[in-house]
Amino acid sequence: MGDDSLFLQYLLSGITKGSIYAVVAIGFNLIYSATGVLNFAQGEFVMLGGMIAVTLCAFLPLPVAVAAAVVIVALTGCLLEILFFRKLRHHTIMHMIIITIGLSIVIQEVALHLWDEKVRSLPYFSGSEVSSIRIFGASVSPQVLWVLGTVAVVVVLLHAFLRYTLQGRAMRACSSNPDAAMLSGINISNMRTLSFGLSAALGALAGCVISPITMTHYEMGAPLAIKGFAAAILGGLGNPMASVVGGLLIGVIEAFSVSKLPAAYNDVTAFALLLLMLFVRPHGLFGSPSGESVREV
Amino acid sequence: MLLKRLFPVIGFAALAIAVQLGAGALGKEFYLTQLTMAIYYAIVVMGLCLLMGFAGQVSLGHGAFFAIGGYTSAVLTTSDFSRFQDSLWAAALKRIHVLIPKADLYGGQVLTTTPWAAFVAAMLLTFLIACLIGYPALRLKGHYLAMATLGFCLIVNKIVLGTAWLGAADGISGVPEWNLAGGLVISGRSAVRVQNYYAACALALFLLILLANLVHSRVGRALQAIHDRETAAGAIGINTARYKLNAFVLSALLAAAAGVFLTHYTAGIGPSEASALKSVRYVALAAAGGMSNPWGAALVSTAINFLSLRGWFGTYDNAVFGAVLILIISIAPQGPLKPLGLWIRRLLSGARSAAGGEHAAS
Repeated sequence: MGDDSLFLQYLLSGITKGSIYAVVAIGFNLIYSATGVLNFAQGEFVMLGGMIAVTLCAFLPLPVAVAAAVVIVALTGCLLEILFFRKLRHHTIMHMIIITIGLSIVIQEVALHLWDEKVRSLPYFSGSEVSSIRIFGASVSPQVLWVLGTVAVVVVLLHAFLRYTLQGRAMRACSSNPDAAMLSGINISNMRTLSFGLSAALGALAGCVISPITMTHYEMGAPLAIKGFAAAILGGLGNPMASVVGGLLIGVIEAFSVSKLPAAYNDVTAFALLLLMLFVRPHGLFGSPSGESVREV
Repeated sequence: MLLKRLFPVIGFAALAIAVQLGAGALGKEFYLTQLTMAIYYAIVVMGLCLLMGFAGQVSLGHGAFFAIGGYTSAVLTTSDFSRFQDSLWAAALKRIHVLIPKADLYGGQVLTTTPWAAFVAAMLLTFLIACLIGYPALRLKGHYLAMATLGFCLIVNKIVLGTAWLGAADGISGVPEWNLAGGLVISGRSAVRVQNYYAACALALFLLILLANLVHSRVGRALQAIHDRETAAGAIGINTARYKLNAFVLSALLAAAAGVFLTHYTAGIGPSEASALKSVRYVALAAAGGMSNPWGAALVSTAINFLSLRGWFGTYDNAVFGAVLILIISIAPQGPLKPLGLWIRRLLSGARSAAGGEHAAS
């Protein structure tokens, strides 16, 4: 065990957490580009996914439980859009922000009362908590590979969906110019509902695969949402694929800061990075400073 | 016109007196303690009204400013500076009565800061931090600003939780009472309960009058213009960045002042004051009162916070605030008071015309 393997250990743990931030960031981006709403309740989808899967796992096989959880949370996402945002089209950004914050609190409290304040987790997808795989001298839980694999597949599929399918292209059209999209016969309202559903499904899936490693807890949503947002900002808001880089970067920086800073200040790094990024380069690492688009959101 | 301006002031004063007399008559004077706390929290909400309702900016960081005020004054008034006794600055501060010798619990001599000096220090620190955060943050808009202030709030919360000399998870207790002036003491002792209730009412009323005047001044109209259309406001020569920063700093100072007062009143402060949920709660209360209506916000937030402090909402405390947020914004984004007033008026006139109809039929 040298410094190299320790370095690798930190790096892998950073990438694992970072890939979850990336999924949350992609969820932010999907909803944001289709509706202009920045969904503060994004982290709650991750929490709900984990919670529902854990509950269903008691009487269903694991893959079925995960799939069911993803579907249920996706439907919840669609329902939220229909109930709260469909008729609010003409409200100001401030109103939208406040509603999603309210939703986030209510979902959290509902989860607290449906389940309880205990920490839960899904069983390891393969192996157990003690099994490990050695990669270049660092030992890794097989679950880490599940996380990385799932996130990679999801990112590729999503990219393909947005680029090559009719629905995906319609969604991109809505985000670049809603009026023109409507004129060419795209049902914008449905696209917005779809974006909520899709982003909820992504969050739920992330919540399931990460559950064996970081556990699921009713309060886990808010910090995740902010780190996911930091990842989205780092990559540049409105660019789902760039937020993958942003997410990984934040995860890795966070993992290495653990070795330098006291554990109590763990989260401070990510939040400070977010502030710094917002103040210095709010259009992100890869975005272009097209004045209005950043400042008018 | 003057009467119209004076009406809310007189109404509030009358309400404050009526509540105190009512509580006394019912033998429930202990209600006044929670009411006093609720009024201090309402001061934070009033500041937020100025920022949200007039300047049109959302801050999810006001819990942090409250905590910065409270913690600064708690740390300064409870720590012992006697080991610096011989240094030049300590002697100088002692001469101008910023530091005073005091007997501690065990009879030893300690050197602590006077509450007044601590208050001034808390205000200065808040001013500095608010400028530092506000200057870059206010170039951002909408979502970005909300996230930036939320990030700031979480950083403050984590630092408080992780720092031993800030009491970590336990917070700071044993904060001395604050002898304001002329025998008026900010303290939670039951002997001075009524006196403290009126002190809080007077402070809130004074700040409300100040805000009302500000809103009707040139500054207020500039802020209103920024709220309605920022680009247009800039085009007619309003320095939008400066006005937004001023509103932000002023509302942060109000939050910090409330923090100082409440810390002396409850003799302590805990890390939960800086939590994101607290900040969200202030936003909810400002929305519940009607953001551009400081009078309504003060009234509604005092009432809801009082019920919350009395434990009315039980384990659903946070859920109630979340639900209030969603319902008010989706049904009555201007706040519930104005539509409610209209509705009652319509109901009354409806009843009158129905009665008239019956007369006609008979």
